[in-house]
Amino acid sequence: MREMIKMIVVLTAISMASGGLLAALREGTQERIEIQTLEFVKGPAIRSVLEGSSNDPITSRFQIKDGDALRTFFVGVFDGQPTALALETSAKGFKGDMGLMVALDVKQNKLIGVAVTTHAETAGLGAKAQSDPKFGGQFKGASIAAPPKVTQDGGSINAISGATITSRAVCGGVAGALATYEKLKPQILEKIKEVK
Amino acid sequence: MAKTLTQEFTKGLWAEIPPFRLVLGLCPTLAITNTVENAYGMGIAVTFVLTFSNILISALRKIIPPKVRIVAFIVAIATFVCVVELVMQAYTYSLFMKLGIYIPLIVVNCIPMGRAEAFASRYGIVRSTLDGLGLGIGYTLALSMLATFREIIATGSITLYEKPIAVLGASFEPFKFLVAAPGAFICLGLMLGIMNILGKK
Repeated sequence: MREMIKMIVVLTAISMASGGLLAALREGTQERIEIQTLEFVKGPAIRSVLEGSSNDPITSRFQIKDGDALRTFFVGVFDGQPTALALETSAKGFKGDMGLMVALDVKQNKLIGVAVTTHAETAGLGAKAQSDPKFGGQFKGASIAAPPKVTQDGGSINAISGATITSRAVCGGVAGALATYEKLKPQILEKIKEVK
Repeated sequence: MAKTLTQEFTKGLWAEIPPFRLVLGLCPTLAITNTVENAYGMGIAVTFVLTFSNILISALRKIIPPKVRIVAFIVAIATFVCVVELVMQAYTYSLFMKLGIYIPLIVVNCIPMGRAEAFASRYGIVRSTLDGLGLGIGYTLALSMLATFREIIATGSITLYEKPIAVLGASFEPFKFLVAAPGAFICLGLMLGIMNILGKK
């Protein structure tokens, strides 16, 4: 009996100490891990869509509650004004979800750029949505009043040859991002002013 | 005969160098020795876990009841592995991405467990620290050696930190086979053979 109690007490104490240590460490590193994840996973896409901004879009970010989800927005400063906004969205690609980073100009109501963060599309075809800047570049300057469409659907975006589904998905993702923007516009415009 | 403290440390560097002599911890030895950076990153992570788990287990060796010692060892090792994982994620994210699943897998790596059972639970803190450090450094050296050989032959370059540095020149035809999994087995086999020949004297 005594041995039994000793076993329980020792194991409980060790586990508690371990749990406490790890919880404290997690608390301490959480913020840094978040930044690192942003930097390495989404960083390249954010920097490519907000290229030329005078600030670091990853540090100039804010979050807004959208229903249950918490959305993150990245701000780019151009000519001293925080006018560029990048937001993340997802789309159903040819093979599963694609992550997209959509940047728009809130003053001129125009798209600045679209970049793919994560995808599982076919290498050499759909994967070009990420690797070929020509495809994402087509969105630049398009008005945000009407969601972009591929030429087959009567729009102006030339689909990647052999990857119409992927191209359509990217357009759909951009449309989703624009809808989110319209929905949260008052809060976004309020927050974006604070960025310097 | 009892070993001196120096011997306790140096045995991990040659006489009991983990992958070649103890032939333990082979899963990461085969899997991540494709670049030198991965190899020493893994080695440092293992050294950290091994040293601290040895210290903790040695300190608690008289308190831990023998019947539940394995559970206690696993908790101690798993704790330090989580520490390594969080710290790597926070400060060396790109290395963390490359090593991926092999960091959490240190928990089931036989080296920390083996040292806990065979050494730390029997000897004092000073000896256990030296044992952990020695074996950890030995492991790091062994992985780095294997990785240097594999990477140079397979790609003609060497990755010490983030970017590969070309060492064999442009005319070198890369022997890609060595960077693939079977190449790892062959290299390890050759290394083990060399170690055996050298150790025969």
